Amino acid sequence: MSNDKTLGEILRKQGISRRGFLKFCAATASMMALPPSMVPAIAAALEKARRPSVIWLSFQECTGCTESLTRSHSPTVEGLIFDAISLDYHHTLQAASGTAAEAAREAAMEENYGKYILVVDGSIPTANPGYSTIAGISNKDMLMDTAMGAAAIISVGTCAAFGGIPHAKPNPTGAVAVSDLIKDKPIINVPGCPPIPVVITGVLAHFLTFGAIPELDALGRPVAFYGKSIHDRCYRRPFYDKGLFAETFDDEGAKKGWCLYKLGCKGPTTYNACATTKWNEGTSFPIESGHPCLGCSEPDFWDGGGFYKAISTPTGDIGRTATYAIGAGAAAGIALGAMNRAKHSRAEKAHEKVTIDDLDKEK
Amino acid sequence: MSETEFLLWVRGPGLQGATIIFVLGMAVRILEILVLGRKPDLAEARGSAVAGGLRTIITRSVPDKGTFKRSTFTVVAGYIFHFGLFITILLFAPHILLIDEVLGVSWPALPTPVVDATTVVTIIALVAVLIHRLKDPVLRFLSRFQDYLVWFVTILPLVTGYIAFHRIGFSPPLLIAIHIFSVELLMVAFPFTKLAHAFTLFVARYYNGAISGYRGVNS
Ligand code: SF4
Repeated sequence: MSNDKTLGEILRKQGISRRGFLKFCAATASMMALPPSMVPAIAAALEKARRPSVIWLSFQECTGCTESLTRSHSPTVEGLIFDAISLDYHHTLQAASGTAAEAAREAAMEENYGKYILVVDGSIPTANPGYSTIAGISNKDMLMDTAMGAAAIISVGTCAAFGGIPHAKPNPTGAVAVSDLIKDKPIINVPGCPPIPVVITGVLAHFLTFGAIPELDALGRPVAFYGKSIHDRCYRRPFYDKGLFAETFDDEGAKKGWCLYKLGCKGPTTYNACATTKWNEGTSFPIESGHPCLGCSEPDFWDGGGFYKAISTPTGDIGRTATYAIGAGAAAGIALGAMNRAKHSRAEKAHEKVTIDDLDKEK
Repeated sequence: MSETEFLLWVRGPGLQGATIIFVLGMAVRILEILVLGRKPDLAEARGSAVAGGLRTIITRSVPDKGTFKRSTFTVVAGYIFHFGLFITILLFAPHILLIDEVLGVSWPALPTPVVDATTVVTIIALVAVLIHRLKDPVLRFLSRFQDYLVWFVTILPLVTGYIAFHRIGFSPPLLIAIHIFSVELLMVAFPFTKLAHAFTLFVARYYNGAISGYRGVNS
């Protein structure tokens, strides 16, 4: 836990040249949508930044978020940044386990109280504390305890940010997001299933550079990465605008790379950076490989009415609803009609004929 | 409620509710009329009731010379917006797709630019109809709140659909959600207002024609 070295020193020690470092700063600036004139400022700030302590808590999750981060093949910007932070607790990646691991967490908390960054992946079960525990501590207790001394919390992945898949209906564990439990700390949501590695590190880089959290949207996501929809930056967009859609996964349209809207693409309602940063070191992203966007960085994407249903079509079975409604309506209509007829015949029976004499009497 | 939640609501519970009110309401209204029935006509038939009924459906759909001369504007604008509604609702590709999904029937669509232009013409016709209603002293005197409500819920889906198609102002999911919601308003208003004429008008015309046809006269 050598937190006394600056980031510049650490990177130089690892043989990163000044040029490489500046390149990284430029990449960071462009990722965060900052003007190039900011690059020297970023470089200066990063150079002097102290190695921050990071505590990473994993709750109800699939480890996909951690996988996403650690599966970069060559030294990347992400790799550099991760060498430059002090990951003091991450029970998937650390060698220690059980009590020893918890001791490491407590030590890091104490040493950096009020300064460490807390990263969370996975949702927190609230229905029963026993649903998910680490070293006998319930997820909720561990989160509340660790959050107290954190400078900021980064909710990595859709589960931590919005509840994600555990939160999908019927949500048997009563899973909630970090922001549902913690209200008094700055929380940055970095959703995605998993999130793009560069986005996770970009957020960390921003925090290191400016010592503050980046500008967030209404859902607590950094605007720099989640400001535009997939649809707005999708290379298939010209087809959408021309009304050229793939109808099935193997028709002419699919082969020609037409828009996947009718196959259920959630690009128009999904805000993320996939279309520009892409995946696997810039190889491609789901839509590029022919699959519609699932909308994984949006709340409740799992219950969004079906992955392969176009976003403007009904989510439920309208035909069945209409059939029942016709049945009920027909029954009610016939009943009402019968009542009207009965009233009519009663009126007819009660009808008394008026004679000339009656009229004469009235005079 | 976020944009996505709103969109999910209008596609899910909102649409379910509107469908129930619309279908159930219209079924009640139509059956209530049909169940009333008619007394058997004991007179000898002097012509065909069916032929008379069918003939009247057509003749009443074409304005006679007198009516056309007296209210040229109402007839022309009325025709334009009714045909416009027919085209925009039933011949627009995404709408047909939706109908296909719900009912399992489909038919060819008109090219999108044609539907787009029709929408503009229909909106103009509806605005003109409203201006006419407000300017004409007799029409204004006869107009109730319901007449304005019906006008509003009819033009709203056209306007929101046009905006959504051209993506003016808001994000696409919000625009499409607003459009679907405006259609749901129309569906909910349908059984309770004069809008129900869309279902009863041909029945009524047939009935008038059939009475006359049976008696061997033209209605
Ligand atoms: S494939 Fe999806 S994101 Fe791309 S243009 Fe079509 S609907 Fe939009």
